[in-house]
Amino acid sequence: MTSNSLVYLIALPLFGSAVLLLAGRRSDRWGHILATVLSGSAFVVGLVQFAQMLGRSNDQRAVTQKLFSWISVGTFKVDASLMLDQLSICFVLLITGVGTLIHIYSIAYMSHDLDRRRFFAYLNLFIAAMLLLVLGDSYLNLYVGWEGVGLASYLLIGFWNQKPAYATAAKKAFVANRVGDLGLSLAIMISFATMGTVSFAGVKEQAGHASTGALTAIGIMLLIAATGKSAQFPLQAWLGDAMAGPTPVSALIHAATMVTAGVYLITRSNFIFDAAPTAQLLVAIIGAITLLFGAIIGTAKDDIKKALAASTMSQIGYMVLGAGLGPAGYAFAIMHLLTHGFFKAGMFLGAGSVMHGMDDEVNMRRYGGLRKFMPITFATFGLGYLAIIGVPPFAGFYSKDKIIEVAFNAGGIKGITLGGAALLGAAITAFYMTRVVILTFAGSKRWDDKAHPHESPALMWLPMVLLAVGSVTSGIIFTHGNSLQNWLAPVVATSPAHEGELLKPAVVSILALVLVLAGVGLAIMKYLRKPVPSEAPTDVSIFTRIARRDLLQDDFNEAVFMRPGQKLTEVLVATDELLVDGAVRGVAHITQSTGRTLGMTQTGFVRSYAMWILLGAIGLLATIWVVTL
Amino acid sequence: MMNLAIEVSKTSTPESVLFWILGPACVLAALGMVLAKKAVHSAILLASVMIILAIFYIAQDALFLGIVQVVVYTGAVMMLFLFILMLVGVDTSDSLTETIPFLRPIAILSALGFGGLLITLIGRATLGHPMVGLTEVNIEGNVPALSQLLFSKYVWAFEVVSALLVTAALGAMVLAHNHRLVARPTQRDLSIARFRTGSLATAAGLPNPGVYALHNAVDVPALLPDGTPSDASISAMLVARGDVLESLPFQLPAKGGDE
Amino acid sequence: MNAANYLYVSALLFSIGAIGVVVRRNAIVVFMCIELMLNASNLAFVTFARINGNLDGQVIAFFTMVVAACEVVVGLAIIVTIYRSRRSASVDDASLLKR
Repeated sequence: MTSNSLVYLIALPLFGSAVLLLAGRRSDRWGHILATVLSGSAFVVGLVQFAQMLGRSNDQRAVTQKLFSWISVGTFKVDASLMLDQLSICFVLLITGVGTLIHIYSIAYMSHDLDRRRFFAYLNLFIAAMLLLVLGDSYLNLYVGWEGVGLASYLLIGFWNQKPAYATAAKKAFVANRVGDLGLSLAIMISFATMGTVSFAGVKEQAGHASTGALTAIGIMLLIAATGKSAQFPLQAWLGDAMAGPTPVSALIHAATMVTAGVYLITRSNFIFDAAPTAQLLVAIIGAITLLFGAIIGTAKDDIKKALAASTMSQIGYMVLGAGLGPAGYAFAIMHLLTHGFFKAGMFLGAGSVMHGMDDEVNMRRYGGLRKFMPITFATFGLGYLAIIGVPPFAGFYSKDKIIEVAFNAGGIKGITLGGAALLGAAITAFYMTRVVILTFAGSKRWDDKAHPHESPALMWLPMVLLAVGSVTSGIIFTHGNSLQNWLAPVVATSPAHEGELLKPAVVSILALVLVLAGVGLAIMKYLRKPVPSEAPTDVSIFTRIARRDLLQDDFNEAVFMRPGQKLTEVLVATDELLVDGAVRGVAHITQSTGRTLGMTQTGFVRSYAMWILLGAIGLLATIWVVTL
Repeated sequence: MMNLAIEVSKTSTPESVLFWILGPACVLAALGMVLAKKAVHSAILLASVMIILAIFYIAQDALFLGIVQVVVYTGAVMMLFLFILMLVGVDTSDSLTETIPFLRPIAILSALGFGGLLITLIGRATLGHPMVGLTEVNIEGNVPALSQLLFSKYVWAFEVVSALLVTAALGAMVLAHNHRLVARPTQRDLSIARFRTGSLATAAGLPNPGVYALHNAVDVPALLPDGTPSDASISAMLVARGDVLESLPFQLPAKGGDE
Repeated sequence: MNAANYLYVSALLFSIGAIGVVVRRNAIVVFMCIELMLNASNLAFVTFARINGNLDGQVIAFFTMVVAACEVVVGLAIIVTIYRSRRSASVDDASLLKR
């Protein structure tokens, strides 16, 4: 099937971005409305595509559109063409839907910012790049979108770049992403070298004939790409700092969409990972490590956005774990991705709403008792909270429990370890999310009298409400009759085969619920029963300190990469100056002095030149004299 | 036979006498030309070298070349030299201090070496070689024989050289043509310019050279009203040549005073 | 007396001319020295013609004279031109090659 309207999905927001950036200050008054309308139009196009897709049989649903022939060098041919299949449409609807809601939210949230137009230009640019990422029909097309979202993320994290710390955060995110991007480009190169193609369809076809070694190499490179973009261990350090960007950005890019690109990449490349078990196991292990890593950091953060960022990291860990579990887990990884897109975006918007009411205060220890002042924010945030900790029948329950269950069912020590990590993560998640909610909305007030907490305007709470509805209902919709699993089946080859089940689904659910309740209870004991100091206590255990320092991720990077790198640079600079420059200067010096010396023969006086002629004639005569002797 | 060869390789006695008188004179004149401080003296000495060479040519059965040497070189070329000397200024005498270090000793040494090498080489090349002489070739006379060669074997070179001559004449005309950048100043312009220089010392013109009852000549400086001789009254050329007479003997005795 | 004596005179005159070219600074005198060198070579040509018994040397000498005449005409014109713009006939003053 081909379609001519796919390009509009990308073209509409790209056009908006171009108009806003090129028109400059002239579009200050109407730029945000244009951007929102264009984003909404892209959503409508996506909905139309979705409706058409629903009308076709399951194996006829993918549509493609060839835009132009991009690269044609020898046997290497890449078309700039788009492909919309069952997997892409999930992302298209998530990106444009949540994106449009966040556009609407930002109109109010950024209303006092002088650069609101630029903000919306970047937002539209992001939407376009992200759509290109999920619509590209080859790794190379995906790569363009991949870099595009990296750029948009960089621009938006550093949106308030008048603060050096924020600009540094943007740079950090960009550099960490570059490390991952290197993995993606290497994966593309290996794939071309071994299979001669970079399109998804072509690689899928060739994957059966390629050697396991090559596939494992491609898989590991893709995993590195995913860890960079999705803030997974060991490239996770940038996500916390990325919270420097405006809160809508954190909600859209660093919670709902861009950071899940890694999960998309792994799921899209299922044919590679299924043929490379080592790489797949590595994916699962990375996911398990990150979900615990993020959860532990989340318990120690007092900054509401950083706590949510740690939570995002942890939840994406769940998705990556799911994607690493093979055909059994892909659908649930995507499901968790979608539900997470709803509840985490909703909670970020809630956090933004709280900050909006509290004069941009982000320290949760300065909040307390806000539920009376911000009822709608509290309600939507609370629904998102219930969804993330996995209370039935909210969305997170369905998606997360499925991942835990599949992890246990992976079998053997692998299953127990991964499943155990996921279960433990669920308990910690319950603890730190309860802590966030209690510190923010419950307890006694700890803010200054200067702050006047108030509910946000309708433009802000309306998106929050819609997202909360999504957090409540999406889980039921996706699991009703295994709808999402069946929907994705043609793309990711789901295998609901539960041979040798270790634990029955009900057992997993009960176990998870018990642990979640334990986490919630512990948090209530610690933060609701006892008064919370408005300054973070300093007489804490070494574990708390390490957790507060993000489990030493930055210290590790600095010690292992930065300082040796600096030393290496210093040595190289010294070498360059002494050896290379020395050689160059030496050559220059020798040339110069030779030139000076020879230049002394060039007096400019014609008589001295005549003298040289005479000497030459003498030389000639002397030669004749000697020869004829 | 042997005797004949010796006879042929040797020149006749009158020619020996000629050579031994004119040869050293020629070398001395050349040396003088290089050493003379004034360009005019150099020119005269060069002319004498050329005339001696013309005599040598004639002595060596090259009658035509000898005549041409006198007419073209000594006559035309040297006249041209003298003419340019006058144009450029005979007063521009060379200062003999050398500005380029070590050039002079090196030049003299290398010229000596050059000459030495040349002479030894000539000695080596001709010693034992019998001299053929031109009596046989010049049997119809030197000029017809030369013209026969010139218009047969060397006709191409002859034509090329004629083209060269024409080109050189044109080139000299182009070079010497003075393209005026501004209009030639008229007497009126000069007069105005003289008054506008600021100082009115020369406004009435420079003083004439000395004119006295006893003597008047361009080489005697005029006396200014206060009795001092004026350098401005003498041509700069005469000053450069040193051909200036003292004006003191021509001054009138001081009036009254002692008596 | 041997005809080679003329050649020795020619060599001496040529060397003297060479010294003059290098040592003298007045462009006109330098030119005269060049003429001297040309004349020295002419003498050698004429002498060689006599030694070898054919007129080719004399013809070459004739051509040398013509070329020398051309050279004098053009060279002196150049000297006049330089003198006109620089008010000097010293070859040292025309040292723009260096500066």
